[in-house]
Amino acid sequence: MSEVLAASGAAATDVSVPAAPGARPFWRRLRAQRAALVAAAVVALLVLVALAAPLLTALEGQDPTSYHPDLIDSARGGVPVGAFGGAGADHWLGVEPQTGRDLFARLVYGARVSLGVALAATVVQIAIGVAVGVGAALGNRWIDQLLSRITDIIVALPLMIMSLALLAIVPQSFPRPVLVALVIGLIAWGNTAKIVRAQTLTLKGLDYVAAARLSGWGAWRITRRELLPGLAAPVITYAALLVPINISTEAALSFLGVGVKPPTPSWGQMLTAADVWYQAAPQYLMLPAGALFVTVVALTVLGDGVRTALDPRAASRLRVGTGRKREAGADKEDTA
Amino acid sequence: MSAFSGLTGFVLRRAVGALATLLALSVIVYVVFYAAPGDVAQITCGPRCSPEQVHQVAQQLRLDDPLHVRYWHFLQGIVAGHDYSTGTSVEHCPAPCLGVSYQSGRQVMDIITAKLPVSLSLVSGAMVLWLVLGVGTGVLSAWRRGRISERVLTAVTLAGTATPVFVIGLVLMIVVCGEFQWLPFPQYVSLTDDPEQWAWNLLLPWLSLALIEAATFARLTRAAMLETLAEDHIRTFRAYGVGERSVVGRHALRGALAPVIALNANNLGSAVGGAVLTETLFGLPGIGQELVHAVDVVDLPVVVGMVLIVGFFVVVANTVADVLFAVADRRVVLA
Amino acid sequence: MSAIDSAGDARTDLVEVTDLSVEFGPVRAVDGLSFRLGRGAALALVGESGSGKSTVAAALLGLHHGTGARVRGSVTVAGTDVQRASGEELRRLRGARAAMVFQDPLSSLDPYYAVGDQIAEVYRVHTRASRRAARARAVQVLERVGIPDAARRSRSRPHEFSGGMRQRALIAMALACEPDLLIADEPTTALDVTVQAQILDLLHTLREESGMGLLLVTHDVGVAAESVDEVLVMRDGRAVEHGPVAAVLRAPSAAYTRELLGAVPRVDAPRAVTGKAAEKAPGTGEVVMAGEVVLEATGLRREFGRGGRALTAVDDVSLTLHRGETVGVVGESGSGKTTLGRMLVGLLQPTAGEVRFEGRARHGTHPAVQMVFQDPVSSLNPRRGVGESIADPLRARGERDEGRIRRRVIELLERVGLEGAHYDRYPHEFSGGQRQRVGIARALAADPRVIVCDEPVSALDVTTQAQVVALLGELQRELGIALVFVAHDLAVVRQVSDRVAVMHRGRIVEEGPAEEVYGAPRDAYTRQLLAAVPALDPEVAARRRAARREPATA
Repeated sequence: MSEVLAASGAAATDVSVPAAPGARPFWRRLRAQRAALVAAAVVALLVLVALAAPLLTALEGQDPTSYHPDLIDSARGGVPVGAFGGAGADHWLGVEPQTGRDLFARLVYGARVSLGVALAATVVQIAIGVAVGVGAALGNRWIDQLLSRITDIIVALPLMIMSLALLAIVPQSFPRPVLVALVIGLIAWGNTAKIVRAQTLTLKGLDYVAAARLSGWGAWRITRRELLPGLAAPVITYAALLVPINISTEAALSFLGVGVKPPTPSWGQMLTAADVWYQAAPQYLMLPAGALFVTVVALTVLGDGVRTALDPRAASRLRVGTGRKREAGADKEDTA
Repeated sequence: MSAFSGLTGFVLRRAVGALATLLALSVIVYVVFYAAPGDVAQITCGPRCSPEQVHQVAQQLRLDDPLHVRYWHFLQGIVAGHDYSTGTSVEHCPAPCLGVSYQSGRQVMDIITAKLPVSLSLVSGAMVLWLVLGVGTGVLSAWRRGRISERVLTAVTLAGTATPVFVIGLVLMIVVCGEFQWLPFPQYVSLTDDPEQWAWNLLLPWLSLALIEAATFARLTRAAMLETLAEDHIRTFRAYGVGERSVVGRHALRGALAPVIALNANNLGSAVGGAVLTETLFGLPGIGQELVHAVDVVDLPVVVGMVLIVGFFVVVANTVADVLFAVADRRVVLA
Repeated sequence: MSAIDSAGDARTDLVEVTDLSVEFGPVRAVDGLSFRLGRGAALALVGESGSGKSTVAAALLGLHHGTGARVRGSVTVAGTDVQRASGEELRRLRGARAAMVFQDPLSSLDPYYAVGDQIAEVYRVHTRASRRAARARAVQVLERVGIPDAARRSRSRPHEFSGGMRQRALIAMALACEPDLLIADEPTTALDVTVQAQILDLLHTLREESGMGLLLVTHDVGVAAESVDEVLVMRDGRAVEHGPVAAVLRAPSAAYTRELLGAVPRVDAPRAVTGKAAEKAPGTGEVVMAGEVVLEATGLRREFGRGGRALTAVDDVSLTLHRGETVGVVGESGSGKTTLGRMLVGLLQPTAGEVRFEGRARHGTHPAVQMVFQDPVSSLNPRRGVGESIADPLRARGERDEGRIRRRVIELLERVGLEGAHYDRYPHEFSGGQRQRVGIARALAADPRVIVCDEPVSALDVTTQAQVVALLGELQRELGIALVFVAHDLAVVRQVSDRVAVMHRGRIVEEGPAEEVYGAPRDAYTRQLLAAVPALDPEVAARRRAARREPATA
């Protein structure tokens, strides 16, 4: 199965040798994409909100966990008192139906959970994926066989099902957000490993690695100086694409009730609760759904932008009339 | 001649590889769930079991035996079936036996086969939709590159990939069934009972599962199409006056299909995850819903059985895709 | 179908290009080019990379339409005004009246469809023939280009064909609609020299039989001399010289043409400067080896893969290299020459046999045995400054003094014809030839006794090629390094080598002093190779072609 997946991986993330030296062309190419810039600004804002969650809620004068039964109209089945779900100077975005907890506070604390879990899971995925991928590519035939087979099995594990099951048996005392990040990270590193292995094999076959061997350097130094820097571009690209996927996964798990558990707020969990309130209190559904949507869109666009900036081939594909243009450009460089 | 024997060899190698993967998968799943720290009998039986039940489970699981003996017994059950005692009588669990739920007393395989038609209806119908929608959109946006229509398609696709399946489902249900009442809230009707009702009731679940997968496919198809459209042989046909429709639809698409087939198999796992969400959301009585329930009450044998069944489908789908791939492009066999 | 059409506009020329300019953004690829091509005539556009020759070929079929390129001037091909033609008119021109043959025959055919079906598809687009008739036509043209058992082979897909067969199939596709003009864009560049000769002969025969015009785009003056009546030498998008092929090649008027012709290595010219180790004993023609043996390979064998699929790339090869001499290893693709080179430097372990360096058996690499690589792009790490790359052997040796390292690297950069200021530049800032010089400097930094050059100039333009070859020769004389020069180009190898080994299917079929191997080849394969090298003189080319045709008809 590895050939096919490697092929699809190659098509999806372009296992190539980007000729980008240093960081400056990267920023220049990233800045050239307006959509990516806007997305980067949105992501920066989200991260800021998540980091400053306690500050923001203190400013509002609320916290995400206290109940406000006085704001709930129990006669009407538990909807918030007042227009717009009870939104006002005290509760900027209104309160939750039934409990009366502050929605703004839950939303910004939810951003912490979403981003934190997704980033931590990505770090775990990338760490395992790079270790296994590089190990397989540089090890002897047996190590490669072993690691590649393990990767195949990991890829065959259905992430959602497996994490549902795993999250069910781990004792409740284990800190939940850490657990969710670990479970996602430990199950979903297969494709990272495949891409890293393919890229490392490509790099290993390049003449400049052979030249480094001829210089008399040892294997460790060649790996560190010649191979690993070449992996940075595809790994960063892939990581940028993994973050939004992980956000969706965490939200889905919390939606199903096995992810982050109450009272810790999480967007997925808010959606589960909002399910039955959409008519009486639509903002309760729209706020977490909107937050999730904006976050994932922004991260995906940013991920695409990073990929384009790191991979000149993809970048040239964005322009019109690529083939001839590239040729002409290359010609010019050669005669210069 | 030699190409054919090469293909047969390839299929055999892949089949053996798939079997090995399945075996390893069963080991991992078994070890992860049954070798977890803590009172295994208590965890297996679930929090609602009485001490007598726990004692009985401990005996059935042969907790005195070492782990590999217990795994071997489990494997035997899958291959040949085995008898078990319910305390009052001895029952036979026919192969493939994935164990018995200690909470309902039913055999796991029975539970799964009862729920499988619903999940298969959901996933297969949605798959048709997402392949048609996804590949169609991808081809179109690659072909219309640089025009307004492509930008619109790209934006729609991006929104599609970025929206979690349960949000799409929720919104669809609220708008279609709630606000406008165009359709009743979905209620599963068996295909054999009433095919028309079956389709109408599954329409929304199909759509919500298909939309998000279609977006993924559209992105991949577009990338693959752009890659093949830049290839030399496309230039050849253009330089020979072959019409654009044939160049794109016949030559470029043919080259772009290979990664699409691979992705479809590779993505099946995530699609099944989406199916779990869709079933929960629409209240469809499929394996997904059953799994969420089993997880809720910690019915371990059912959970393990379902993980293995889904893993089985994913591995089989990957293997079939590999073989299709090789038939379509014999060069893979030689590589 | 084209008989009436062509009679209708027989008065005009087949191709008329007036003041053609093509711009890609800020880059002007073609700049005010004009030329004509009469019916049945043959013209070659000759130039180095970046000269705009391929851009002109694409402009003849209107292939720049819709790519964002700005095309000005007028182009008329077989009566169609390409600049003003509608999409439909262009489609009718392409393939039917003017057909194009591309450089890389493998990637130029769709890998998923049978070759016959692809030709039939093109035929049906222009003739509305039935499926059956189109298939029959495909088999017919495949037969015509000399594909044996064409009916059966037409059902094969491109990857089941050899390189030469694929190029024949592409030519068959071009012939399907009996065009008036054949545009061949570097049709033989991706092929081995013996296959190249066959394809050029085929083009010649087809022209004689069908009377179609030929526009050949090539970087290789020899290929032009073999195939056309007129040449147009291009540089930086402009015409430098235009005239009958014999006149231009014998007595070039433009300085650039003279430079270009001067740089072309000639297979029939003896080596200008010999290495310091080899001295001819007067009268005998024997080369006497002066230096001691530095590198000695005995019984080298290398297999790839295992079991039934094992492939023997190099089979029982022995080679001795003396101090200060150059041994050329020449062979076609797949002959095992690159594998041999990599075993000599220790990048590949031989399956059997051993490599002895200065008398001691050696495993793995040794800094005193260096390599210069073929591909100037992949041989330098794009993320490191070139100075750092060159400094690698110094640092690996344990040199710690940064000042000394920098001084030495700058000295080396200057030695290979670059500037010390280039130390901190990155590889992408250099041209192909400059990158190759950096590669040489890096090899020199290790103070090598032996350098194995693996196709060091095959990716370079002919003028750059000559400079790099000259540099290698100079360094060798100065430093007394022994060189192994691995290449497919017989002429280049003759230019640099004291001794030559000819490889064929993993074995050395002939080895000896360069003068003997080239002057009086003993092996049949060597003779075949030498006969296939394009001659720079059209008359000689015609004579050779006749000679090649004889055994075929006999």
